[in-house]
Amino acid sequence: MSNDPIIRIKDLHKSFGPVEVLKGIDMDVAPGQIVALIGPSGSGKSTLLRTINQLEDVTSGEIFFDGALVNRDLPHRQREKHLNRLRQDIGMVFQHFNLFPHLTAIENVTMAPVLLGRQTKTQALAEARALLEKVGLSDRADYYPSRLSGGQKQRVAIARALAMNPKAMLFDEVTSALDPELVGEVNKVMKQLAQEHMTMIIVTHELRFASDVADHVVFMADGVVVEEGPPDALFRAPQHERTKAFLQQVFEG
Amino acid sequence: MGLDFSILAGYEGVLVQGAIWTVGLTVASIVLSLVIGTLMAVFRLSGMRIVRWPVSFVIWLFMGTPLLLQLYLIYFGLVQIGLDLNAFTAGVIALSLHFAVYDADIIRAGIVAVDKGQYEAARSLGLSHAQAMRKSIVPQALYNVAPALGNMMIALLKESSLVSVIGVMELTLSAQRAISDTFRPFEFYLAAAVIYYVLNLVLEQAVKAVERRSAKYR
Repeated sequence: MSNDPIIRIKDLHKSFGPVEVLKGIDMDVAPGQIVALIGPSGSGKSTLLRTINQLEDVTSGEIFFDGALVNRDLPHRQREKHLNRLRQDIGMVFQHFNLFPHLTAIENVTMAPVLLGRQTKTQALAEARALLEKVGLSDRADYYPSRLSGGQKQRVAIARALAMNPKAMLFDEVTSALDPELVGEVNKVMKQLAQEHMTMIIVTHELRFASDVADHVVFMADGVVVEEGPPDALFRAPQHERTKAFLQQVFEG
Repeated sequence: MGLDFSILAGYEGVLVQGAIWTVGLTVASIVLSLVIGTLMAVFRLSGMRIVRWPVSFVIWLFMGTPLLLQLYLIYFGLVQIGLDLNAFTAGVIALSLHFAVYDADIIRAGIVAVDKGQYEAARSLGLSHAQAMRKSIVPQALYNVAPALGNMMIALLKESSLVSVIGVMELTLSAQRAISDTFRPFEFYLAAAVIYYVLNLVLEQAVKAVERRSAKYR
């Protein structure tokens, strides 16, 4: 294993029409690193996360994943193929779970690996059971998402992403839509992944969780990285006024 | 002279045979119209103009003209350009395309109503556009619009009587044959009506079964 970053972002710009939401972002994520992206709403952190697997295309700049240029300039068909391959290695978990409602929990987990030829149906079922057990939901395998609580849904969504055996995981405000008492069970699963040295980028509003689990925190505002560093330094001794103001607001709010 | 239903006695075979052809026409056309309608809906929503425009043209053509005329064109018209279809096949093609264009509009609305997070989740796992549509979006869309599609199926069953004009011995034409034998239109048309009604009841139950299935996950 080299120390080359698994994700490298260089001078990334993104505009929605006339509005520039990312104004030149640079970022490196080492294998096994856990990066928390924090900042006020509208700062561009979710957009940045979504550019990494190209759910959001970019205006200019470069994104590398595992050495490959993600946003290569390719004709439509080749670009789709290239992205389908890359996305298999990048797990993503969404704020609103986005579980497939017409499939049971275990079918949600087995669908992609079977469809994409990663595993046989039998292998996938065994793997999915193990993953559901890992997220504490072995007894809910045959439930449809509508019968699960928010926290349970989100844990199934994490298992679904893990089933592709990704090299990195992207978490987009995964506890923001949950009732407060359900946040803990999802955070616990993410902490466990962190201990297993999964590479993770976590967009979150929960600063306490960020400082617990991340080894690098990036504070964004207005489409730029204002300040970054280890959680201790960033939370205890922020250098920039913008960071101080944000932390003060959140901790006093 | 009043109604005398005992006249039906010698003709059960004719009516049953007619009902069987009607069921055959209907089932084949429902299946085909759903498949074609789904494909049309997906292509019409596709970003690719090369597939979107021809499909829009076909939809416009089949919505803007009467089914009766479509039947004549497909059965009698195509012969002139060397395509000699038997009456049953011509009937199935006309019914399927005629209803596919309506199904396509309904299914398109169903697809648009599926949350876009569903598509993103599927793509984020590495599924292609086609796989995401097939495995996630279209099944949900079809469940969403099952009641509306059910109504189209019931309409299709009834409109299948039009195929009698090109000589398929389905239920309506069978009744007519019996009438030209017996000169008892009221009894035989009523009998045919009852059979259509019963067939529709069965179809309705099938649609309800699909709706119950989808209720499981709501």
